[in-house]
Amino acid sequence: MTTFADTEPAAHAATTPADLSADRLLPSATPLQLIDADGQPGQNPGDLVRPGPEILLELYRQMVIGRRFDRQATALTKQGRLAVYPSSHGQDACQVGATLALRDQDWLFPTYRDSVAVISRGVEPGEALSLLRGEWHCGYDPHQYRVAPQCTPLATNTLHAVGLARAATLKGTGEVALVLLGDGATSEGDTHEALNFSAVWKAPVVFLVQNNGYAISVPLAKQSAAPTLAAKGVGYGVPSLLVDGNDAAAVYAAVRAATERAARGEGPTLIEALTYRIEAHTNADDATRYRPGDEVQSWLGRDPITRLEAYLTAAGHLDEPAIAQVEAEAEQFAQRVRDLMNETAKVSPDELFDYVYAQPTASLEHQRAGLLAELADIAP
Amino acid sequence: MTATLPVTEETSAGPPAAAPVTMAAALNTALADSLAADQRVLVFGEDVGTLGGVFRITDGLAARFGEQRVFDTPLAESGIIGSAIGMAMNGLVPVVEMQFDAFAYPAFEQFTSHLAKLHNRTRGHVELPVVVRIPVGGGIGGVEHHSDSSEVYYAHTPGLRVVTPGTPADAYRLLRQSIACPDPVIFLEPKRRYWAKETAVLTTDGPAIDRAAIRRPGQDVTLIAYGGMVSTALEAAEAATGEDWDVEVVDLRSLSPFDDETLTESVRRTGRAVIVHEASGFAGYGAEVAARLTEQCFHYLEAPILRVTGLDVPYPPPQLEHLHLPNVDRILDAIARLQWDDHA
Repeated sequence: MTTFADTEPAAHAATTPADLSADRLLPSATPLQLIDADGQPGQNPGDLVRPGPEILLELYRQMVIGRRFDRQATALTKQGRLAVYPSSHGQDACQVGATLALRDQDWLFPTYRDSVAVISRGVEPGEALSLLRGEWHCGYDPHQYRVAPQCTPLATNTLHAVGLARAATLKGTGEVALVLLGDGATSEGDTHEALNFSAVWKAPVVFLVQNNGYAISVPLAKQSAAPTLAAKGVGYGVPSLLVDGNDAAAVYAAVRAATERAARGEGPTLIEALTYRIEAHTNADDATRYRPGDEVQSWLGRDPITRLEAYLTAAGHLDEPAIAQVEAEAEQFAQRVRDLMNETAKVSPDELFDYVYAQPTASLEHQRAGLLAELADIAP
Repeated sequence: MTATLPVTEETSAGPPAAAPVTMAAALNTALADSLAADQRVLVFGEDVGTLGGVFRITDGLAARFGEQRVFDTPLAESGIIGSAIGMAMNGLVPVVEMQFDAFAYPAFEQFTSHLAKLHNRTRGHVELPVVVRIPVGGGIGGVEHHSDSSEVYYAHTPGLRVVTPGTPADAYRLLRQSIACPDPVIFLEPKRRYWAKETAVLTTDGPAIDRAAIRRPGQDVTLIAYGGMVSTALEAAEAATGEDWDVEVVDLRSLSPFDDETLTESVRRTGRAVIVHEASGFAGYGAEVAARLTEQCFHYLEAPILRVTGLDVPYPPPQLEHLHLPNVDRILDAIARLQWDDHA
C-alpha cells in the first residue's frame, strides 16, 4: 500500500513569497546557448553547464538515429504503411536533449510530434509506432517505460504531468515529470491551469515548450503577443528559461538543471526552446501554402546534428570512422523499423471491448458476441 | 453540519444501530471511511478543505486526515480533473469534487478524452480509479448554472461509469463502491436530497455498483427513476394506490452501465413503464431506457413506454423551476395514459 511521505511536502498554503520581485523568474532576453550554429562555444551560456564529451557523444548518436527513424517513418507514411506521421526533423535537439536529461525514475509526457523522444526514452519502435500505424491508440505500457501515451489533443498532458508529479511529492517517491508541448499549446487553457497548479503545489514538473514557429499553419505572431513564451511563467510564479532549441547541449543542460531543481523540492520550471519544424505539419499538410522556402533554408543552416558534429570533431571527440559507425547503427535501426512495418499489423476485434472498463460490461459482451458472429459470417 | 455521524463497519465497537441520517452526512461518512481504510485515497477540489465544501459534504475531513490528503485546489475544473488523472497514474485514488453541475463543463475534454479513455488507450495498463463527485439537478432555488442535470454528457461516454444515489443509505454504499471501483466513476449527487433523512445503517452491503434496486415492489407498472426523482417516484407510487394502481419503483442507481437484467425483468412482469427524470426529455436518458426496454420487452408491453421529464428549455430561474420539474401529478398523469381502458 502506498504510504505518504513522513516529511511534509513543500508548503502549498497561501503564503506571500519572501521575494516579490518578478525578475528572478524571468527568462533571459536572448536564448541560452552552449554550442552555436557553427559548432563554436555559445556566447550566451547563462548558468548552464556544458555536458561532458560522453553525454555530448550520446546526444549526437541518438540524434543521428532519431533523424534516420524520422526519415524512415516519413517514407513509410508515403508508402501507406503508417496512417500519418508528424515529423520532428529540425527539433532533434529538443527530442533527444530532453529525454537524455531525465533519470530512470522520471516520467515523460510526449505529444504526437515526439516519437523520436519516445524512442530515445527506450520504447520499442514497433510499440511506439502503433498509434501512427493505426493499430491501437498507444502501443506501449506507460508504466514500463515511464512514458505517458502520446497526447494528440494539445496541452491536456500538462495537467497529467502535474498530477503525477504531485503524487510523487505526496508519496515521497521522488520522480520528476517532463511534459512536452509546442508553441500552439501554450494558448490552450490547460497549459495555464497546469502552470498555476504546479506552482501552487511546487510540483516537480518541467515544462518544455518546443517553439517551432508554427501551430500547423498559424505563425507565432498570430499565436501570442507575449515577449517570449517562456515569459508566461512569471505570471504563475514559475521560473523560466529561454534556450536555443537546436543546441542539444543547451536543451540537455536546461532540462537537467530543471529536473534536479524539481527533485530538490523547489518546484516547476518552464523552458522555451527555440527551434523549427523542417517538414510540414504531417504528410497531409502542404507547408508551402503558409511559409516561405527561404525560411526553411535558413533553419537548415542551424541544423542541430551538424553543429554538434562540428563541435565534437573540432574538440577531437569524433572522427570519420566514429561518424560512419553511428550512421551504420542508424541504418540498422531503420532496417529494423522497416522489418517491423512489414509484419502484419497486430489488430484484434476482441480488443475493442477488452479495455473499455476493467471488466467488460454485460452489454459490451453482448456487442462483442454480435461482432464476432458478424465476422464469422463474412469469413467463415 | 457537523461530523457527528452514524457508526460504520470500520469504527463501530458493536453491531451498528440504525439511526436517522441525511444524505449529506452519509456522503461525509463514506468519504471519511474511505480515507481511513485506504491510504491512497485523496479528497480535493474547490473549497473542500477548510470550508468543508459549499454543501459541507467534506466537513471536518481536512482536520481529521490532514491537508496532504484533503485539500483545496485553485479554481480550475480542468486542472482538477487533469491532475487527478496524473495522480491516479501514479497510484493514488483521487476523489474530487466539482462544485456544481454546470461548473464541471470546463473539464469536459479531460472527462471525455482522457479520464474515459486512458485505460482503453493503454490496453488496460493504466487504471484510473478516480471518482468525481458532482452535485446535480434543481429544486433548490439556485440561480443560473446551479441546477443542471448533466448525466447524459457522461453516460454517453464509453469508459465512464455514471452512478447516482436516491437515498442516504445508498449514498453511503454507492460512494464506497465507487471509490473501490477500478474504473473512473462520475458520482452525481442530487443536491435537493442532501438534507433528506432516512433511518438506516450505513453499510456497503447491498446491491453492487452496477445494479438497480427495486425500492417499492408493484404489479401494474414499473416507474423508473434515479437520483433526485426517486423519492418523487415513491410519493407518486403511494398516491397511485388511490387509483388502484400497484406501482413498482425501480431506482436505477447506475446510469452507465445500465442494469438491463433488473429492468427487463420488472417491465416484462408489469407490462407498463414510465421513466422520470429532471433533465430535458429530448435525447435524454429516458430515451435510452425506453429504447432498450422496447427492444427487450416489446411483446410484453401493454402500452408505449412514457417519459416524464423536464421541459426542453434551459434550466429556468428559481421562480419558474417548479414548472420544469417532474412532480407527483405529472407522473400520475403519465401512468393514467398507459392504455388501461384497452383491457377493461
